[in-house]
Amino acid sequence: MAVDRVWVVAEAFEGKPLSISLELLTAARGLAGTVEAVAWGGDVASYAPTLGEYGATKVYDVGDVGSGLPGAPVGAAMAGLVQGGNVPTAILFPTTYDGRDVAGRLSARLDRPVLTNVVGLEDAGGLTSEHAIFGGNQVLKAKFSGEPPGIFVIRAKSFAAEPSGGSPPEVESLPVPDLGVSGAATVLQRHVEERTGPKLDEAAVVVSGGRGLGEAAKYEMIEELAKLLKGAPGASRAIVDAGWVPYAYQVGQTGKTVKPTVYLACGISGATQHMVGMKGAKNIIAVNKDQEAPIFSIADLGIVGDVHKVLPKLIEALKAKS
Amino acid sequence: MNVAVCVKQIPDPATPGKLDPSTNTLVREGKLIMDDSDAYGVEMALQLLDKAGGGEVTLISMAPNNETSGLRTALAMGAHKAILVSDEALKGTDALGTAKVLAAAIKRAEPDLIIAATESTDGYTGTTPVQVAELLGLPAITFAKHVEIADGKVKVNRQTEAGYDEVEAPLPVLVTVTAGVVEPRYPSFKGIMAAKGKPVDELKVDDLGIPADQVGPGGSRQEIVSVADAEARKAGEIVVDEGDGHERIIAFLEQLKVI
Repeated sequence: MAVDRVWVVAEAFEGKPLSISLELLTAARGLAGTVEAVAWGGDVASYAPTLGEYGATKVYDVGDVGSGLPGAPVGAAMAGLVQGGNVPTAILFPTTYDGRDVAGRLSARLDRPVLTNVVGLEDAGGLTSEHAIFGGNQVLKAKFSGEPPGIFVIRAKSFAAEPSGGSPPEVESLPVPDLGVSGAATVLQRHVEERTGPKLDEAAVVVSGGRGLGEAAKYEMIEELAKLLKGAPGASRAIVDAGWVPYAYQVGQTGKTVKPTVYLACGISGATQHMVGMKGAKNIIAVNKDQEAPIFSIADLGIVGDVHKVLPKLIEALKAKS
Repeated sequence: MNVAVCVKQIPDPATPGKLDPSTNTLVREGKLIMDDSDAYGVEMALQLLDKAGGGEVTLISMAPNNETSGLRTALAMGAHKAILVSDEALKGTDALGTAKVLAAAIKRAEPDLIIAATESTDGYTGTTPVQVAELLGLPAITFAKHVEIADGKVKVNRQTEAGYDEVEAPLPVLVTVTAGVVEPRYPSFKGIMAAKGKPVDELKVDDLGIPADQVGPGGSRQEIVSVADAEARKAGEIVVDEGDGHERIIAFLEQLKVI
């Protein structure tokens, strides 16, 4: 089936489209003649021109979902549009907390399958998605065989965002049908944790810590290093599972994909689970006391040594330079 | 209070995975274990039950064979019983098909709360729990890092990009929990012995009234086109720290003009 029209679910935060929204619009532009966006929140009209600049000719505005979580209302609104006969070839979702919720709801409502953790898309006799498997050692390509729309959930940094210079798009209001009890989850209060420095998946430098740090308190070294290098701190799954740092810090298959200029892996052995999330970094530095650690097979600079000795000296040296 | 916990039995993630060359699906032979990600949900359920002063934890699982070793681990932790949908026809079932099976099995447990991991370790599609909620017509709160039950409602601290949201929903509700939020208990010897006698209700797809074309490769309506080796990344310079490791890192960062 030819790729005719593609929708991009364009998530935004505080009145600005997320980077991944612009990445997905750019990707969609390369695949389809017509790109349309779906957005929600009270301020879609204010950032719709940005979506137009990256290729959207129309924006479906679900509007303010109030204090509800977006999954149920946005999924139902989109399903209503499709069931009404407005059927795109594909819908591209971001791999975000809310993006996955909306995709799951839409999938079940329309009875259409999903392809998730997509890292590439091409039109090869129909839309074909790429998936990194086995720690990124292999690339699997898949496609849908059923009725459109194809629901693809795509990982951040899979595409570079490039503006097309498009004009402000038409904004069409998209009504939310009655959700019944499925829309009953209500946000009582939002807590913004003050974080200095760049976001993990947008940082030019990422410093990550793993089990080799020995104890939760030692993660401070990672945070300090990240700060000194104007980067973001990350973590392996092992220390997230152990409760040392929250899930939001996790780099890897079940966490975030990062592609920084420099990735500094400290006390991380390099499980396939981790490597798939960071092997796209331009430069990898690893510090680990085990010479056999798999992380050294992909490191540009590997230091076989104890993080408890190397990192304090590195911190001192960086402080002396700043 | 009754809690249903979705539990996936997976091949040990420590052993390298491989694909069946004829079907390109993941080979799941050998012993299956409980996905580590699910241990947090089981622990969370047990703790909530303690606070509520009683009730039952029912495990919900599906497998193409009648594997129960992973379920026994969760039963040994203290879960009361399990429903295992075990059917050869489930081989090659995708996320939505899985959600249909789990949703139908969950209905039988009549839970006040359904808990799942945010995603499995092996398939990590990450949409199945929300698909289950939609199929059951229930609210869902994903990425919970703290869960409380009071007055017929669940209150959750939900992980967000910026921090967390306090979210509330009436029971019954589906909640997905992130790893690391509670410390899963180790099964005691007594627990392991007790687990052997706990009921595991084995069902077929047909028992749930799900048409055969909704599961398996046919139900998935997707195909694998190809599998190829990714471009390999070469190892660079490996040096043993002789007290100068940090200097090597500084020199490397300077060369990249990062500092």
